[in-house]
Amino acid sequence: MNVVFYLLAALTIGGGLAAVLLKHLVHCALATTVAFAGLALLFLQLDAQFAGFAQILVYIGAVAILIVFAILLTRGSELPKDGVFSRTWFVGLVIAAGVFAVLAWAVLQSVRAVPQQTAVPAVTVHDIGNALVGRYVLPLEIVALLLTAATIGAVIVAMHEKERPR
Amino acid sequence: MATSPFFTNLDQIFILLRNWLVDFLPAALRPTAGVVLEVIAIVCIFPGLFALTTVFERKGLGRIQNRLGPNRVGPYGLFQPIADGIKSLTKEDIVPFSANMVVHFLAPLSLVVAVFMEFAVLPMGRNMVLVDLDAGLLYFFSMSAATELSVFMAGWSSRNKYSLLGAMRAVAQMISYEVVLLLSSVSVVMIAGSLSLTNIVAAQDSYTGIFPHWYIFTPWGLAGFVMYAIAATAETNRSPFDLPEGESELVAGYHTEYSGFKFALFFLGEYLAMFSISGLGTTLFLGGWSAPFSFLTFIPSWIWFFSKVMLSIFVFIWMRGTLPRLRQDQLMNFAWKFCLPYTLLNLIVTALWHFMGEGWMRWVVCTAILAAVYVFMGRVEMRSEHFGPRRYRYAE
Amino acid sequence: MLGEGILKGMAETAKNFFGSYVSKERLTTVEYPEERIPTVEAARVFPFLVYDGADWEAGLRCVACQICEKECPPKCIYIDKSKDKKPDYVGKQQFYPTRFDIDISVCMSCQICVEVCPFEAIKMDTEFELATDDRFGGLLYDRKQLARSNEYYHSIHPTEASEVDARLGQEKAKVEAKAKAASEAAAAKAAAPTPPAPPPGGGS
Repeated sequence: MNVVFYLLAALTIGGGLAAVLLKHLVHCALATTVAFAGLALLFLQLDAQFAGFAQILVYIGAVAILIVFAILLTRGSELPKDGVFSRTWFVGLVIAAGVFAVLAWAVLQSVRAVPQQTAVPAVTVHDIGNALVGRYVLPLEIVALLLTAATIGAVIVAMHEKERPR
Repeated sequence: MATSPFFTNLDQIFILLRNWLVDFLPAALRPTAGVVLEVIAIVCIFPGLFALTTVFERKGLGRIQNRLGPNRVGPYGLFQPIADGIKSLTKEDIVPFSANMVVHFLAPLSLVVAVFMEFAVLPMGRNMVLVDLDAGLLYFFSMSAATELSVFMAGWSSRNKYSLLGAMRAVAQMISYEVVLLLSSVSVVMIAGSLSLTNIVAAQDSYTGIFPHWYIFTPWGLAGFVMYAIAATAETNRSPFDLPEGESELVAGYHTEYSGFKFALFFLGEYLAMFSISGLGTTLFLGGWSAPFSFLTFIPSWIWFFSKVMLSIFVFIWMRGTLPRLRQDQLMNFAWKFCLPYTLLNLIVTALWHFMGEGWMRWVVCTAILAAVYVFMGRVEMRSEHFGPRRYRYAE
Repeated sequence: MLGEGILKGMAETAKNFFGSYVSKERLTTVEYPEERIPTVEAARVFPFLVYDGADWEAGLRCVACQICEKECPPKCIYIDKSKDKKPDYVGKQQFYPTRFDIDISVCMSCQICVEVCPFEAIKMDTEFELATDDRFGGLLYDRKQLARSNEYYHSIHPTEASEVDARLGQEKAKVEAKAKAASEAAAAKAAAPTPPAPPPGGGS
């Protein structure tokens, strides 16, 4: 359904553009959330159920909240005095365009490698689970280790200071 | 189990009704029309249940507190929700002047939309699920995660200290208990072998003798259900975890600045979240739409599902009438220091259960481990060294 | 054990819930205005004027001494004394109030007017459902609205009223006895044969 794809793409790009163009920082965070939702819907449109729902659960349910908490706990919602864009925005645009070109070339190369007419393989959650603990168990364990390190770091940062002698 | 065709038809009556209605349309439109009819049914039934629940809650809380509930509007006060509905629809919609208009408007909408979407994967009866997703449980939890963001939007956009504080507290509470919720459901997934809710119910739909194979009747299932119930109460901001919206603490928390219909939408969202989380708990631990005894299977499956959900709601109301509110730090301590370790242990015990094979050994071992750890952790939590002079972090 | 308190609490609330259908002590609601709790005898709301007998104007005990008007703390009593006199319960001629208004929006139910009245004329009423939509005149009660019979007084404060009646009866009896003694003395004086001049045609 090409129409659906273009709509979702428009939603995602619109969200991303709004995230950089809006003035208020929390509005930008919420626009980023819309972009995440668009990505999730694109995954779902490709029948990748697990990826789509995990995207919503993790990105919208956790990362977006993390972003807004970070905004509120650090700068608050004061508008910056000098405007939102840095003075070197043109160079940033060129670099972003370069990265996009490289990624687009990589994606198109892989699309050309796979013939168009094969049926989409039905990947169930069962298969993903099998792959995770079978073939990809090492990345899984490394990610788990990373998460543990992050949790311990968070606990240490937030731990009460030792009581000072009065 | 031979059931007469009458009871089989009664069991499938909604499916038959939908098929009959859809047959009036041309064949191309039939699937869409079927789905639309089911969506309409969900959108009508659950808010209707919500209206009934508001009356039962007020009357139930009243009786618990030695007083009558509302009893003027209609027999025994049953038309009270109509009066409440008319009141909330005709109230003036006040938006604070410095509030963020767009976000303020979108917050209740996104809350209600996300909560309604949760109902799409609940199997409400035999063959009665709106969408049978392969990753149904994951879908449910992702919709429940989307509600957290709406709560934050509501609190922040009101430009009110109390709203923002209430929203922050609510979000912190919800993400903490979401971990407990997810982990206690993972043990069910481990045993049932599927994330699809219809498969989980089908795995519980068998009987030994007259007793059902519900997961709550296993040691890990009972522990998991208790953790799930605690986490569900905290997810829906329900007493005793209702600090974010406690009237005596925080005006009304994140929905302070909402009046009229938007407030009704928040209220609706909260109760619908209660229904859907009870529905999920029923599906995961209480056997979904299956009957409690094998000789009762003639009663339609949807009656069992809704009775179990309403029983859970009644327990929610009962808890609300019994317990005082938990303070924010007590609540968070409880989540991270007690519930999460216990739920992780429950996962390990579930794995032990699975690998020990059939027999009485695994019952004894698993029950012993879970009970011993519970008692031990309870003793640790309840020691009175906590109650000393308060130590301040920044003020000294 | 952890969680024991919660279970005990839930058992207690369950007892309350089911008990509220069967026992009165677990459901103490009185559904006003269909049901009412009977007022106690010593209840007091706003004052009223007592009258004896059937005619309120003739039997009004108040003699317009204006003590209650002077003693009232928020000064909510307004009295106009009459120019003529009428007999009271013992027959003595007394003034009476031509105007006796109490502003019950000001009255604070302190009962000082009742305590200082020497004539047991003003007592406290127990009626409280006095809401009115007439903001300006509806809460200013005049003489006719304030007058209630002695039987009504008996019905709302039985012990007090009987005690008042007993006292008033004693006073009346004393006055009558004095009057009787005085009239007997006068009659004895008139009947005693002291004048030397013989009565013209036989005494009577």
